Amino acid sequence: MNTEELQDLARNIRKSIINMLAEAGTGHTAGSLDIVEIMVSLYFHALKHDPENPDWPDRDRLVLSAGHINPALYATMSEAGYFPKEELLTLRKINSRLQGHPHNHSLPGIEASSGPLGQGSSVAVGMALADKMDNKPNHTYCIVSDGEHDEGQIWEAIMFAAKNKLNNLTFIVDRNHIQIDGTTEEIMPLEPFAKKYEAFNWHIIEVDGHNFTEIISALDKKSTEKPTVILAKTIAGKGIPAIENNWQWHGKTPTKDEAIEAIKQLEAR
Amino acid sequence: MTEIKKATRDGFGDAILELAQNNKNIVALSANLGESTKLDKLKKNFPDQYIECGVAEQNMAGIAAGLALSGKIPFITSFAAFSPGRNWEQIRVSICYNRANVKIASTHAGLSVGPDGATHQSLEDLAITRVIPNLTVICPADYHEAKKAVIAAANHNGPVYIRLGREPMPMITDENSSFEIGKCDILKEGSDVTIIATGIMVNEALKASEKLAEQGIHSEVINCHTIKPLDEETIISSAKKTGKVITAEEHQIIGGLGGAVAELLSQKLPTPIKRVGVHDTFGESGTAKELLEKYSCDSTAIIKSVKEII
Ligand SMILES: Cc1ncc(C[n+]2csc(CCOP(=O)(O)OP(=O)(O)O)c2C)c(N)n1
Ligand SMILES: [Mg+2]
Repeated sequence: MNTEELQDLARNIRKSIINMLAEAGTGHTAGSLDIVEIMVSLYFHALKHDPENPDWPDRDRLVLSAGHINPALYATMSEAGYFPKEELLTLRKINSRLQGHPHNHSLPGIEASSGPLGQGSSVAVGMALADKMDNKPNHTYCIVSDGEHDEGQIWEAIMFAAKNKLNNLTFIVDRNHIQIDGTTEEIMPLEPFAKKYEAFNWHIIEVDGHNFTEIISALDKKSTEKPTVILAKTIAGKGIPAIENNWQWHGKTPTKDEAIEAIKQLEAR
Repeated sequence: MTEIKKATRDGFGDAILELAQNNKNIVALSANLGESTKLDKLKKNFPDQYIECGVAEQNMAGIAAGLALSGKIPFITSFAAFSPGRNWEQIRVSICYNRANVKIASTHAGLSVGPDGATHQSLEDLAITRVIPNLTVICPADYHEAKKAVIAAANHNGPVYIRLGREPMPMITDENSSFEIGKCDILKEGSDVTIIATGIMVNEALKASEKLAEQGIHSEVINCHTIKPLDEETIISSAKKTGKVITAEEHQIIGGLGGAVAELLSQKLPTPIKRVGVHDTFGESGTAKELLEKYSCDSTAIIKSVKEII
């Protein structure tokens, strides 16, 4: 797929996210919007997967440890063919397969339930370890948010992965500098962030999280010796100027009117 | 009955070795307590099936979930105070909500840990595990039963919690006694009172029953090794017969076996109940014997409760 096609996909996914969140009236907008290029790069480039056969034993795995930004996951999965797009509007509603946070037994293609921050990182590490033990060539990806690194469990998982030289594991960090109630550096400073991963003996690649060329090249040159972390610098709420770079949009959703305006802006780009 | 004493954790260690030998998908995870949790033989003989996690119980639970979602049958191990104590929410979500086929084997449960004191004496683990959907909860009575429980857990598809003790205790079952998850064993029939016990309190219940018999009180003794799913049929039919029920556990009387039996009978067959166990308090340092006596987890406490209810 060329960059233009990827960008078209990203635009459609952002439109879906806005529509889903406006319809649900609850959910997490900023992080969902800023992870779109990464989701597209995973589902349309890096991941070995089959939407027709989500349980394919030879698939790669993706765990969305930052489960709250799953509108982006659902919208991308539906673009990839996992389920019809109309279903997106059932997000967070009763009897929906699209649970407020991902659940593996609700929707085929979800590898692990997540939402309680930190937990997905360990689950992804366990999956990568299982592949190692079985000499399987697959790769496990895990999307973690920056605020999630406040949790000690993440660092436990990071140490374990380095110890076991899980070169079949990649963390992608949504480095959008926001979390609930403020910026990450106000709530709990993470810098020097890359140096922390370096000290924990991971391979680090820093990218612009909205630049397909950079993301894809990072996904293509993961370490063959160590676990890799892709620190993706993202703009919270990317794509909608009224939402961008504002932590107050962490868990707020657009009104129907704001959604109409946002869709217009996305279409004009 | 035999004089040889063994701990339920030894039953775990022997069973896991046997399991690992026959199935390479069986793996055991340690949070830096491999020797205490009796994984030393497994580590020595099948090092590829032994996963050292360091002192990180939350990560251990999550890694086990990931391993299970990729086809392994992981046993996570630590002291009950730390697993499921420290990592309860990881057990709830990463393991149970995911329906990951993980077995939680926890040693050093109860007062009988002894001198380490209250911090290490898990008296709440049955309560906090029993309440989680999809989780089976087993508390074996002795070495042989622990061994069978571990093998049954490995063959059961789904998360299982197995509560194990540190202290060598008398053996009341043998290699050939039956064991089925979710099925109580009636060890002694009687018509005056039902004593439902779990774990090391099963032996205390048998001792109490003997002494009571000398005084003309005939008690029915039930070994309730599976706290969840509870064997409702056996418990209700015994309660119907005797009309009086005692529960006995090395655990808080709130939320564990006593809680489970009270919930059941209050709904289906209201029956007078007395719960023997720890009364809403923390433990302290001491020998196992001293502590069990001081915190009313022994045959004397059972006899006292029987007399009160009769
Ligand atoms: C264990 C846990 N504690 C608290 C929460 C509530 N929570 C959801 S998102 C979030 C902020 C985390 O920061 P980040 O993921 O960076 O936020 P974003 O970038 O999406 O705004 C918190 C505290 C949670 N989901 N899990
Ligand atoms: Mg953030």
